Amino acid sequence: MSNVSITPEIRRSLKNHTSLSQSVRNSFTMAYRGLLKIRRTPEQLFDVTFQPIIFTLMFTYIFGGAVSGNVYNYLPIIIPGNLVQTVITTSIVTGVQLREDMDKGVFDRFKSLPIARIAPLAGALLADTVRYTIATVLTFAMGYIMGYRPNGGFGHVVLAGILVIVCSWAVSWIFAFFGVIARTASSVQGISMLILFPLTFLSNAYVPVDTMPKWLQWFVHANPISHLVSAVRDMVNTSAFGGSDLVISLVGAAIIVALFAPLTVRAYMRRT
Amino acid sequence: MSKRNASESTLAHDTWAVEARGLVKQFGDNRAVDGVDLTVRAGTIYGVLGPNGAGKTTTIRMLATLLRPDAGWARIFGYDVVKEPQIVRQLIGVTGQYASVDESLSATENLIIFSRLLGLGRAEAKRKAAELLEEFGLTEAAKRPLKNFSGGMRRRLDLAASLIAQPPLIFLDEPTTGLDPRTRAQMWDTIRRLVKTGSTVLLTTQYLDEADQLADRIAVIDRGRVVAEGTVDELKLSVGTSSLQLRVQSPTDMDRARQMVDQVLGVKSVVSPEAGKITASMANADQVTDLLIRLREARIHLAEMSVQKPSLDEVFLTITVHGVKERESAAVEDEHELEVTRV
Ligand SMILES: Nc1ncnc2c1ncn2[C@@H]1O[C@H](COP(=O)(O)OP(=O)(O)OP(=O)(O)O)[C@@H](O)[C@H]1O
Ligand SMILES: [Mg+2]
Repeated sequence: MSNVSITPEIRRSLKNHTSLSQSVRNSFTMAYRGLLKIRRTPEQLFDVTFQPIIFTLMFTYIFGGAVSGNVYNYLPIIIPGNLVQTVITTSIVTGVQLREDMDKGVFDRFKSLPIARIAPLAGALLADTVRYTIATVLTFAMGYIMGYRPNGGFGHVVLAGILVIVCSWAVSWIFAFFGVIARTASSVQGISMLILFPLTFLSNAYVPVDTMPKWLQWFVHANPISHLVSAVRDMVNTSAFGGSDLVISLVGAAIIVALFAPLTVRAYMRRT
Repeated sequence: MSKRNASESTLAHDTWAVEARGLVKQFGDNRAVDGVDLTVRAGTIYGVLGPNGAGKTTTIRMLATLLRPDAGWARIFGYDVVKEPQIVRQLIGVTGQYASVDESLSATENLIIFSRLLGLGRAEAKRKAAELLEEFGLTEAAKRPLKNFSGGMRRRLDLAASLIAQPPLIFLDEPTTGLDPRTRAQMWDTIRRLVKTGSTVLLTTQYLDEADQLADRIAVIDRGRVVAEGTVDELKLSVGTSSLQLRVQSPTDMDRARQMVDQVLGVKSVVSPEAGKITASMANADQVTDLLIRLREARIHLAEMSVQKPSLDEVFLTITVHGVKERESAAVEDEHELEVTRV
């Protein structure tokens, strides 16, 4: 124990709050931990690898003829829709994994360290943007292979990808909240699917809205997912940037974070 | 930065590493911790002893800011665990009962992440990790995933992780449970060296010899209450004096031998005929010489003689067995408790 010495209590400068810069630093360290974990267990990337490939293929060939006459004409509709659906669904895994992670002993250590309380949560959510990025890239790649050439060009595709990743990150706070309050990981999965499934399918992601009954159209138009899908379509297909759909998507994302991040942190701290 | 009111204690604030009064934690209708008082002097090893479910872990978790007490208060070096948790966390290292390290990462990665979280720079964290791994004999296994670690290695890594910030107070919840005797002895050494460097250690254990070996003071907890507190010797003394055990070679001598024991030691001895053993409490060791001479004169040959010091086991059983009886007659409780705590 030669070089393990103790710093006496009296010689420490102690404060009872965490600064913003420390919170950010702690969160990035926790994100680094998340990335290390992904590197150690790459099999957890299974879903974000295969879901984009299989869903894009499946939906394009199932609905293509019916909705747009042929597969090629359907691509500008389905690729943005499928992108949003796939990436947002991926954010459920964030909540499920957080629940599993929190049951492990290492979270006790995180709680006993003088770090920002939000860091273990924010870090986990930050690391998961890697998953969203993989899903985004693969969905566009599948589209490209199937002959999709977005009019907006590469730059707009990248911007649209970032928009979807940011919004999914925001949505993942909702599932993180479920993750923190739920008793088991499978119940997080259950609740989250129950909410997200109708939201993603009762939208304009796969089919034109005017083919739906009136009452459903009302819901689809109100659904924030529809606005995100429209914003992405505008960007990649017509280079339109800054329409009301984009604003609604970003404001919606900001509201979700402003609401659920504090809720989640509070629940996390209470759950001790 | 509100230091606590000095008048509440007779000693300067940094003399007490831990001060807890009337800690209560209730889970549903189960009062896991039911009014625990603890006072731990800085620079000592304090043992919290108790059977399964006594509330040891729950108590430690409250002291380590992991659980909020339902009643009572606790201070770490004078800082309140509820009001100033973030300060308390800067003063403690916690090694939980179950490994509190990341299973999916390697030992080095674990230590680097904890170091970074504690504010060390990239290079500094790397150096610290290597240093601690070396210290705890884990260098060879540093890069392996923890899944392949033995229980002892995991425990050592866990302790290493608690020492990164060089905290003046370290909580160890059952640090040697599940370790083989050699690894346990190593862990004891480590704990002793820690205290030599100026740290304070509060450990829980179910092993009495562990408390006996390590702790300066001990609190025995049973069903959420401190039922005895004191130094090891005080606790042993509270249970009784040493006892003398004799076994005679020829069973026909038993009765005569017993009479002599009763006469010389002036007590009533107990005989277990199957084992041919006489047991008598021995208040004055000097009288044993007389007894042995008398036995020789009477030509009674001994097969075996031993002196049994009261073990901590007896303390433990006496106090906690009483706890079992208590459930039937709660009325006796206070009376007995007083008796034991006034050691
Ligand atoms: N989170 C919890 N929720 C409900 N009950 C709990 C919880 N934690 C502990 N308990 C209960 O509180 C009591 C004390 O538990 P605790 O873990 O503190 O005991 P312990 O002395 O550490 O025991 P052991 O030696 O087995 O580790 C037990 O009856 C336990 O079932
Ligand atoms: Mg325990």
